[in-house]
Order: sequence, then structure tokens, then C-alpha cells
Amino acid sequence: MIISIASGKGGTGKTTVATNLAMAIGSDVQLLDCDVEEPNSHLFINPVFEKTITVTTPVPEVDKKKCNLCGKCDEICQFKAIIVIANITVMTFPELCHSCGGCEKVCPENAIKETTRELGIIQTGYRNGIEFVHGKLRVGEAMSPPLIVKVRSFAKPDKFTIIDAPPGTSCPVIASMKNTDFILLVTEPTPFGLHDLKLAISAVKILKIPCGLVINRSDVGDNKVKEFAKKESIPVLLEIPFDRNIAEVYSRGDMIVEKLPGFKEKFLTLYDNIKKIVS
Amino acid sequence: MKELIIISGKGGTGKTSLMAAFAYLAENKVLCDADVDAADLHLVTAPDIIEKHDFQGGHRAVINKDKCTECGLCIDLCRWEAISETFDVDSIECEGCGVCVYFCPEKAIDFPLNTYGEWYISDTRFGPLVHARLGIAEENSGRLVALVRTEAKKLAEEKGLELILTDGPPGIGCPVIASIGGASAVLIVTEPSVSGEHDMQRVVQLAKHFNVPTFLCVNKFDLNNDLTEEIEKFAKEKGLPCLGHIPFDQTFTKAMVQGQTIFEYDLDSAAGQAIRKIWGSLLEKLAPFG
Repeated sequence: MIISIASGKGGTGKTTVATNLAMAIGSDVQLLDCDVEEPNSHLFINPVFEKTITVTTPVPEVDKKKCNLCGKCDEICQFKAIIVIANITVMTFPELCHSCGGCEKVCPENAIKETTRELGIIQTGYRNGIEFVHGKLRVGEAMSPPLIVKVRSFAKPDKFTIIDAPPGTSCPVIASMKNTDFILLVTEPTPFGLHDLKLAISAVKILKIPCGLVINRSDVGDNKVKEFAKKESIPVLLEIPFDRNIAEVYSRGDMIVEKLPGFKEKFLTLYDNIKKIVS
Repeated sequence: MKELIIISGKGGTGKTSLMAAFAYLAENKVLCDADVDAADLHLVTAPDIIEKHDFQGGHRAVINKDKCTECGLCIDLCRWEAISETFDVDSIECEGCGVCVYFCPEKAIDFPLNTYGEWYISDTRFGPLVHARLGIAEENSGRLVALVRTEAKKLAEEKGLELILTDGPPGIGCPVIASIGGASAVLIVTEPSVSGEHDMQRVVQLAKHFNVPTFLCVNKFDLNNDLTEEIEKFAKEKGLPCLGHIPFDQTFTKAMVQGQTIFEYDLDSAAGQAIRKIWGSLLEKLAPFG
């Protein structure tokens, strides 16, 4: 089974839920941190990393001796990553390239070969019974979805796999949530939390995946998130009240299931309820 | 003209609440919400939309079944596995690269320009706001971010306003890169947690990569005083001016629930006082720009 933990709004507690759920389960569980722009789960799990893999994407390289400046590559490229200035020169902008391979295929002179651009790295490791994988986007790199897809390729069907997704509702989030069995949305009961939760639920509906809610800092703000969940028949699977102790435990990189009483049981109940919904 | 972008790396450190507070304090400015993926500034600024435009972000392939001979070339060419065995294009997977369109021997693939969202020019009680809404599950957020920034600049020029205050997105990827390139300066709002610190360091690197002058401030600083010290030490080592720190204050949330800035809710909250100081330092730091 594979579930993703998402939110719309950032900073609602996705990583807290993902890491504490993994820790509470403790064995035969995988945690894949797909927030490759700002991966944080490792700061809480503290895995022993065993492997680092560099992930690249293909980009064009032009052999200027073969190129006759016909302009076909410029014409096919939708991303302005290869530009021909008539009768003068051809230029490539690897950072803008989406790796479609169109220029290489269209070139009648066979003047274009594919080289690579680094997207980032993937690190894999363990902490006790938790298998941990995360991606780290190279600083300056714009395209995160291909790296997310690569992180997800480490998912094993026979394990319980938890994906820590990035915030938002656009392509990186979709890449993290699609083809999962369940989406756990973490929100907070504030106007920002509710607004972004509604956006996240629209995305979940497009993907047609069952979802449930965790309400973090459940006693601050107002009651509108709960009213909304009721109206939309989305189950609230866990509520975590605001507690300065939790904020402090989190700030140090500690786990609430280890430091505060009662939380391990709460996360195990959450795990059971997710399993019930999915089966 | 000066353009200040507020970013954070990590989400939820208080970018938008701080931005709203600055909107209250700043004079002669245009506000811009560049977090087009999950825009929240309008929840506090309550904009009256004056202009509404479609955002046409790019193309997507559509197979015309009447012309298609099911030769399968498009399936082989597509690197996103967006075309099914029944020759339907998955619009979420389609990257809009047009390779299938170009090579289809039957010219059976259309490539219409799609509307990926909307952008707006609005009036608010703090002045004009340029904002946008990216369609759910859409791409090209970077292009929409670039567009709202360009429109904010145009508006500032038209109205003779000298400052643009921009609320940026979280992360360090495509929309953030589009937010900070060519800006006068960025203000990074961080928090004293292991993740806040980690993400701040990555976004500092990003700003450096794009040569944008960077300032720092620490929100909720008293949740972990040791880490706040560590963050301030890091800033000093990197030569980044740390403009101050804001205490953890539930007044932010209470104000947000009322759709108000922290100052409208309570003129004298502890956090509000800290923000006034940060704003003062920021104006001094920004004076040489633009």
C-alpha cells in the first residue's frame, strides 16, 4: 500500500505526520520524501544513508561543424531551450530544456546529441525498520517532477509506503500524489489552511483517490475546516491540539511519538484507520 | 523602482502574514502575490477585482481520432508516457512539448493553446494588488509568476509607485526561481526549527546563485532561542543582514481569522512591534536600491 501526505498550504505539519507515522509503525515501512525542493524528513528520522545517486535529465548538445542552421530544432522546441539565429549561430539553454528529445529527432544533419543536466541527488538509507529515501533538487534547478518520479521508483509494493509530498497543488504535488492508494491531507483550522485545503481537495478529486484529514493545531483558529470536512464527507482521522511542547519538540528535530505520551497510540490508530479505508 | 520578494524555503513560516503587515505599513506600493499555486494574500487584503485575464500557459496534444491510423509512433516518441494504448492523451501527463504533433504522419494531433489559470488586477484597502490563480494540477507556474511580476511593474510605473511588495512561493524550484530573478532584494522569513533552518540555508544558496541581495528575519524566534542564535550566527558568517526577530504570537492567527493584518487587529501586539522595527530596517536597507 502506498499513501501520500499532502496539504496545499505549507507548514501545516506534513513532515510531522509522515515521520511520526513511520516511526510509530516502526517496521516494514518505507518513507519517501518527495518534497525534493526542501526535504526535511531526514532531519527527524536521522537515517543512516547508504547510497547517493545523481539524477540527470537529457539536454541537447549541438555539433556546430555539422549544423547548417536550418532552424528545425528552434521550430520544434516549445521551451526556447534551443535557438537558431538565422545564418549566424545556434544556442542552447540547458536550464530551460524539458528533455522531450524533439530537437535531436528533428535534426536532418544529425548534429544534435543528448548530454545531461543534473537535477539533483537521491539518498537511500535506514533507521531501524524504516527504509528511507529522499530526493534533493540541485539549487538552481527549476524542474522537480522528474526527480520526484525517480524517488517514487524506490517504492516497494509489499511494504507500507509513505510519501511526504511538497506543498501546493501544481505539477510537483500531482507527481507525488498520483497512483497512490490514499491521500492524507494535513491542514490547520485557519482561513489560509481552509483555502489551501479546498485547492488540495480539488486536486485529489481530479486524481480520484480516497482521502482523509489530519487537523493540526486543531484548537486555534475557527471551526470552518471541520464544517467543510463534514459537508464534503471527508473523514477527520486525527486531531493534534496546539501545544507549545509539540512545537518545541519539533523545532529540535525530535519525534512526538518518542517524546510525548499517548502519540504513538494515536498514530497507530491513524494507521489502522487508513488501512480500513483502503481495504 | 524597488521590488522586494518575501520567500522562506519552508512553508508556513509566516510569509503571507508578514507581507500583510508590511502592506499595512508601506506607502506608495503595489502588492503582488506570486504564490500562484496556493495564493492566500487575498484572504487578508479582500481585493475588489478590476481586471481579470486568462493565463494561456502552453499547449497540449489532442489526438483527432478521425484522422489517427493508430500507427503508434506518438506512443514511442512521448517521453512522458502520456498517450495510452487507446490513443488518448492524459492531459495531466502531457508536457506540451509538441513532439508527437510534429512527427505524426497523418497530422492527426491538434495542439491547442490552453488556459492554465487567471490573473487579476485588484483594488485593496492597501493599494493595488496583482494576483493570480493557477488552475488545479496545472503546469507552468513559473510563467504565471513571471507574468504577475511584469504586470505589477507595469502598474507601478503607470501609477508612479516606487515599491513592489511580492509574496513569494515556498520551495526553491521553478516558481521561486521565477519570483526572485532580477528582484531588488529578497527577505527570507525563517523559523527556529531544524527544518526552518535547513530550508533557509537552501534558499539563501538559491538567492546567491541568482545574485539577488538577501535579508533575513526570524519568526517565532522564542520557540527555540538556541536555534535562533544559530541562525543569526549563520547569517553573520554569510554576510546576510538579519533584520530582527518576531516572537511567537497567537495574535497573527486571531487577526487572520478576522481577515485582518496584525496591526488592524491589535496595534500594540508584541509581534507587531517587532515587525515595525524590521520594516524600519528594511526601508533603510532598500534605500540605495532602485
